[in-house]
Amino acid sequence: MERVPILKIGDILLVSIQIDMEDQVALQLQEDLADRIVATGCHGVIIDISALDIVDSFVGRTLATIAAISKVLDADTVVVGMRPAVAITLVELGLSLPGIRTALNVELGMDLLARERAAADDDADEEPDGADDAETPAVPAP
Amino acid sequence: MSEPAQRIEVVSDQDVVRVRQLVRTLAVAVKLSLVDQTKLVTAASELARNTLVYGGGGTVEVGPADNGRRKGIRIVFSDQGPGIADLDLAFTDGYTSGGGLGLGLSGARRLVDEFDIVTAVGEGTTITVTKWCR
Repeated sequence: MERVPILKIGDILLVSIQIDMEDQVALQLQEDLADRIVATGCHGVIIDISALDIVDSFVGRTLATIAAISKVLDADTVVVGMRPAVAITLVELGLSLPGIRTALNVELGMDLLARERAAADDDADEEPDGADDAETPAVPAP
Repeated sequence: MSEPAQRIEVVSDQDVVRVRQLVRTLAVAVKLSLVDQTKLVTAASELARNTLVYGGGGTVEVGPADNGRRKGIRIVFSDQGPGIADLDLAFTDGYTSGGGLGLGLSGARRLVDEFDIVTAVGEGTTITVTKWCR
């Protein structure tokens, strides 16, 4: 069975799917990625699907599951490079990929992860001072 | 003078991949647009997986279609599985009898131009879909 390689770049794991995956390969990727997130402590995952000429409901569900697993393991997932025809087909199929962040390419995906991480770090820094305010509704910064 | 349909036995994950590749090749040959190719291959992937997972395996036949005015691709998915007892329910978005998302049948029907299903409990299911060139 083929395997999809997972590359570590700084704080990010990059997965570029270059093959027409059998269902088992997609499930294997899900497990491998969870293992690599824990082993590396990376906080971001980028999945590049620019080489995929279709995303069916199985692959869509796998992407959503990967995003959910990553979240539980303290990593954010961004799916990048979706082709226009794939996007049109996914929406018509009825798959809206809830919970999945997307970006047009790897570079924009890395920007998005960096921004999210910076925002998360700011929140963490403010935690000690803001602990008393935890129950008051969040107010957008001016 | 049209070519005969090509047949794939679907008994494993790998065969679902082969169905996708064959449909793609033939869809390109009849000059379906890129979006229509993508829709047809996606629908074929959903239905071939249904044949495998719910039908217990079966066959997929892919061939050219021609109604005199337009050319297209016709695909027939057949299995001798348990059949579908309640078609209305099976076509409801989000309903699944397995572990899926419940989008396979209803989603695939939206992605093709013609969709015909013949099913009987205990006898299996045959689904015929057609996508026409615009």
